[in-house]
Amino acid sequence: MEVYLDNSATTRPYEESVKYMSDIMLNEYGNPSSLHRRGIEAEKLIKRAKESIAATIKAKSSEIFFTSGGTESDNLAVMGVCGASRGKHIISTKIEHPAMLNTLEHLHSMGYKVDLLPVDKNGRVSLSALERLMRKDTVLVSIMHVNNEIGTIEPVEEIGRIIKQINKATLFHVDAVQSYCKVPFNVNTLKADLISFSSHKIHGPKGVGALYVRTGARLAPILFGGGQQNNLRPGTENVAGFAGFGMSAEICHRNMAESIERISTFKERLKNGIAANVSDIVINTPENSAPHILNISFGGIKSEVLLHSLESEEIYVSSGSACSSHKGGSSYVLTAIGVDKKLIDGSIRFSLSEFTTIEEIDKTIEAVIRNVEKIRLIMRK
Amino acid sequence: MDKIDLILLKYGEIALKGLNKPLFERKLENNIKSRLESLGRFSVRRAQSTIYVKPLEEGIDMLEAIERLKKIFGIVNICPVRKCEKDMDAILKTAVDCINSEPVPKKTFKVEARREDKKFPLNSPQLCAKLGGQILASIPDLKVDVHNPGMTVMVEIRDEAYVYTSKIKGAGGMPIGTNGKASILLSGGIDSPVAGYMIAKRGVEIEAVHFHSHPYTSDRAKEKVIDLAKIMSEYCGKIKLHIVPFTDIQLEIIDKCPKNFLTIIMRRIMMRIAEKISVREGSQALITGESIGQVASQTMESLAVTNSAVDMPVFRPLIGMDKEEIVEISKKIGAFETSILPYEDCCTIFVPKHPKTKPNLKEIEDAETALVNIDELIDRAIEDTEVQCVMRNS
Repeated sequence: MEVYLDNSATTRPYEESVKYMSDIMLNEYGNPSSLHRRGIEAEKLIKRAKESIAATIKAKSSEIFFTSGGTESDNLAVMGVCGASRGKHIISTKIEHPAMLNTLEHLHSMGYKVDLLPVDKNGRVSLSALERLMRKDTVLVSIMHVNNEIGTIEPVEEIGRIIKQINKATLFHVDAVQSYCKVPFNVNTLKADLISFSSHKIHGPKGVGALYVRTGARLAPILFGGGQQNNLRPGTENVAGFAGFGMSAEICHRNMAESIERISTFKERLKNGIAANVSDIVINTPENSAPHILNISFGGIKSEVLLHSLESEEIYVSSGSACSSHKGGSSYVLTAIGVDKKLIDGSIRFSLSEFTTIEEIDKTIEAVIRNVEKIRLIMRK
Repeated sequence: MDKIDLILLKYGEIALKGLNKPLFERKLENNIKSRLESLGRFSVRRAQSTIYVKPLEEGIDMLEAIERLKKIFGIVNICPVRKCEKDMDAILKTAVDCINSEPVPKKTFKVEARREDKKFPLNSPQLCAKLGGQILASIPDLKVDVHNPGMTVMVEIRDEAYVYTSKIKGAGGMPIGTNGKASILLSGGIDSPVAGYMIAKRGVEIEAVHFHSHPYTSDRAKEKVIDLAKIMSEYCGKIKLHIVPFTDIQLEIIDKCPKNFLTIIMRRIMMRIAEKISVREGSQALITGESIGQVASQTMESLAVTNSAVDMPVFRPLIGMDKEEIVEISKKIGAFETSILPYEDCCTIFVPKHPKTKPNLKEIEDAETALVNIDELIDRAIEDTEVQCVMRNS
């Protein structure tokens, strides 16, 4: 029995979406820009996909722009805002995804002032720091909704309110790659002007994402081409990919309420099962976190060794740090929430999906207990 | 050079091989043929210690052919040649074309000529003098320097006239397959592929043995070793790669032996396994990437202790080289970028904090007596070894 618990990295696509995409690729191969019937049919598919996604967040379909994935959505949001406004100040957090941090790094090198908000031991951003740092020329505040490593849910509703109270001109971007269809929200509850999505985190195809752009928010394109998608994101549309994303969004959103409940129970079971039987561990995921992410540090363990031990039993998880003897690849997220360096090297992320079963959870608990014991025995020699 | 009619290959050392020479030459010819096969039809023939590689169809990528020839051991020089009629006007025109297409313009030249066809009216010195004069007159900024020329214009009068200016350095060495077979202990680092390359250069066919410690190292480390073998096979030809599961043996050593002896005992057992595989495969020697003093397991004392684990000769072509020198070769053969990928050594738990730098054989052998089941473990590891034939892509 394969146990796939790396759903924050990527998910297994829905069969319906794959079939739908394959059918489109074989039969609806027109270019949406073509004037003939084939083009119009392809265009309809994209329109339908935009509507599907818009419906899940109560947006207008004209506010959805497809991209090549979460990274491009983040880039378009940040670079797009900076390209369209005069201000030179951006606020974000220390625990954003590299797609965000490296884009900000690039802007910093171009002369922008970037402030990164600190987080507390639960990974929650400091609201008082945000209030203090907001300036007249702050063009953008970008905050991730759910942290991909530890599952912290940031209080984005409150953050949106604070931003708009202090400076109406500041745009608010939310990176919802890890929260979409895991944590309920819509564009009315979230006072965001821009929201990033990724398809393959919700059982859709890889290489597809979307950016929600609130009507009226001004954004400059980062790609230039033949005018597609209102010229904000030109390039011949990945029709099958966009459609597959739309289909997956529909299904995942329809299942959301039920799967949140289910996954939360499984996560508790996994957490308690490990905590009750393995000593010297620290749970890095806070209470009231996203339902699918559980990050645990195991004292006296190298996470890669545990990862590969589990792998040989067909259990797939993710480690908090890359091979420690070469790259100094310790997790900056765990560092930011104050986890001890030694414990970071022993941290494992389990991430669940609606496909996860109770048998898989129990198999994982048993395998973790057994392998941790075995590895500790060797490492403590 | 934009137009190449033919490639002349010069081989050095083989020419000295006396009665065995035809054997070496045939091997080289075959290596060349099989290397160029996928580019199109060529005639490969040999005359006067030169191999003539002639395309037999239009549109063959001759620059790619040269790139491939540069990786064949046994070739000392590669000369891309233009041919023309045996007539002074045609020879001059071709020579001027050759000079003008030099990537970096040269200030001085000399002409060297070889007249195989004695019916040609000028003898070699006459041809040199006449062509030199004509070139001087045709290209204003160029001067003659017979002692230290920036370039040498070569003319050979054979069935046709052959003209060339550049000599590209070949890989040197001896043709693969003329000097037996040896097995490299391929770790995935920088050194071992270089060591394998250097022995292969002497005409030795290479097999590789890699030790894999799943789950203590990832499968990516294994993929990396396969990639390295593939890079080596650009020069060495097909490589039979033996991937030995080593985890159980490592765990046994950790369990039974003092921690500071870990690496040395591990290496001795690796050598024993590699030797056993080599004997079975008809390989006559082991190759390692060791260099004196590079790490604790490569001190004189450690090398001696490792060496005494086996009876087979152990070749250590990097033994006197500095890391920078090794890196330079690694870059030259295109292995460096792959070698430095960070997938190995995740098994830091197998690396003692204070390894023994000056072990003596007696204490190590005593420590090894604790490994009562080791023969059985070794046999099982060899039995479970995965074998892959790794071959370059083109």
